[in-house]
Amino acid sequence: MEKQATREAYGKALVELGKVHDNIVVLDADLSKSTKTADFAREFPDRFINAGIAEQDMIGMASGLAAAGKVVFASSFAMFAVGRAFEQVRNSVAYAHLDVKVCATHAGITVGEDGGSHQSVEDIALMRSVPDMRVIVPADGVSTRKAVFKLYETEGPAYLRLGRPSVPVIYDENVDFEVGKGIELRNGKDATLIACGIMVDKALQAAKILEKNGINVAVVDMHTIKPIDKELIVKKARETGAILTLEEHSIIGGLGSAVCEVVAENYLVPVLRLGINDIFGQSGKPDELMEYYGLSVDHIVQKVHELLKKK
Amino acid sequence: MKEINDSSVALVAEKARIMRRDIVTMLGEAGSGHTGGSLSAADIVACLYFWEMNIDPDKPRWEDRDRFVLSKGHAAPVLYAALAEKGFFPREELMGLRKLGSPLQGHPDRKKLAGVEASTGSLGQGISWSVGMGLAGKMDKKNFRVYALLGDGELQEGIVWEAAMAAAHYKLDNLVAFVDNNGLQIDGRVDEVMSPLPIPDKFRAFGWEVLEIDGHDCRQIMEALNQARTIKGKPTAVIARTIKGKGCSFMENRAEWHGTAPNKEQVEKALSELEA
Repeated sequence: MEKQATREAYGKALVELGKVHDNIVVLDADLSKSTKTADFAREFPDRFINAGIAEQDMIGMASGLAAAGKVVFASSFAMFAVGRAFEQVRNSVAYAHLDVKVCATHAGITVGEDGGSHQSVEDIALMRSVPDMRVIVPADGVSTRKAVFKLYETEGPAYLRLGRPSVPVIYDENVDFEVGKGIELRNGKDATLIACGIMVDKALQAAKILEKNGINVAVVDMHTIKPIDKELIVKKARETGAILTLEEHSIIGGLGSAVCEVVAENYLVPVLRLGINDIFGQSGKPDELMEYYGLSVDHIVQKVHELLKKK
Repeated sequence: MKEINDSSVALVAEKARIMRRDIVTMLGEAGSGHTGGSLSAADIVACLYFWEMNIDPDKPRWEDRDRFVLSKGHAAPVLYAALAEKGFFPREELMGLRKLGSPLQGHPDRKKLAGVEASTGSLGQGISWSVGMGLAGKMDKKNFRVYALLGDGELQEGIVWEAAMAAAHYKLDNLVAFVDNNGLQIDGRVDEVMSPLPIPDKFRAFGWEVLEIDGHDCRQIMEALNQARTIKGKPTAVIARTIKGKGCSFMENRAEWHGTAPNKEQVEKALSELEA
């Protein structure tokens, strides 16, 4: 199976966009080789600005550049772009409604060996709570590229959450990727798995295993956490009567919370949330960590069984 | 280089006087806000808007315009007074300061009011925006200049020094940062709360050209602005010694006037002191 890290696709998409649009400026904070903005820096050195290890100033400069007419993509690890510079993103980008796309890589526990200090499990929650901020968590390289293009085309602030490891390519180039519209990847009548990011592929794998046991689950790629696709959530709640959310993020404040909010207010069905259970990460290999923190395919299968008992 | 003569100095000083009257009046009407630091910055802001900057109130988003960023965003009244006097909006709107639905927010909001370049108020972020604007100017080979105004207490924010490093690193000679060095912050004297002194040495060490002036002497401010235009390859910091509450005797050099608005009686007293 073909694999690509979403950060790799991000770096390539920026170069593609940069060739067509000369108003794009890319910022990084000394992590360009890891975030892959180095691709853009090589191609367009005059439109790349390294802020040094100063994420707050990176976001502030991004605002100034955007206020002067640039479309700015600013990157660092999720921990720093969102955590360290939260208030700059809130006040200088979102409150000011500027065309700054905060594109953070190395989100979640699959950062791996660097450990808990670098494993952001709160960034979706933080970004989702900021008015005017769109939040996108693509599942693979193809949809990442589409997301980057869409973000360029649609004015205003946004947060794009990307990962470190290579992940299976799910889509082909013809996929219809719209910000705010979830993608139905698989139909099923017994329950719906609503996933984002790295968990989408795992949801598909779990669905295949469940099918062998006579359980048919639908799978939705909810790549846009905000604005959340209410219509699709309600539709799947009606059709399948139970929902499991899956995210490589805290179960507090992320996709699971967003789905629960929609279900609670619109069409009540049992919901379970699979994610990081309100604890910090630690060092380890990405796959070991996914297993340890309960985010493996086996865990999904078990969780679906638990969910079906609640129907 | 612009010519400085007695009449240009007098004109700007008169604008500063009108702005101070507007500041006191709008704050009195609002019933809350930051009086001391608005008054201390009035002469600097008057020199920028009525002598230095290339701006057009009819084209507030004209791309070649000079930019002013009020990094000490709590001094919003001094900015609003300048914008109204310059013709960006009708003077009557000043009376809406801090009221529901008014574009004159407690801290400047670029979405709501034409002429406001940066949404500031969270200290330190404005200088960072200014560096971004300066970078955009260099990138596009434009001749516009960027002027930032910081408080001296604001220098306690770490991002100020991140931005200072970046401005020098990227050789932004299109950027001038004024420090309104009135020596007072909410909790007391700046050097007692958390000393940023010596301020000139710090900016020099970060690679800036540093000018030290009397921030209430319009001629000195104008001369500094002229001199800054001659500095190439680095940004300029103008450390302006000022008096918090300048122009109203009962407010001068008193920290309690940082975040206090005058009552009716105090407005009248202030206005009588600010008569031509």
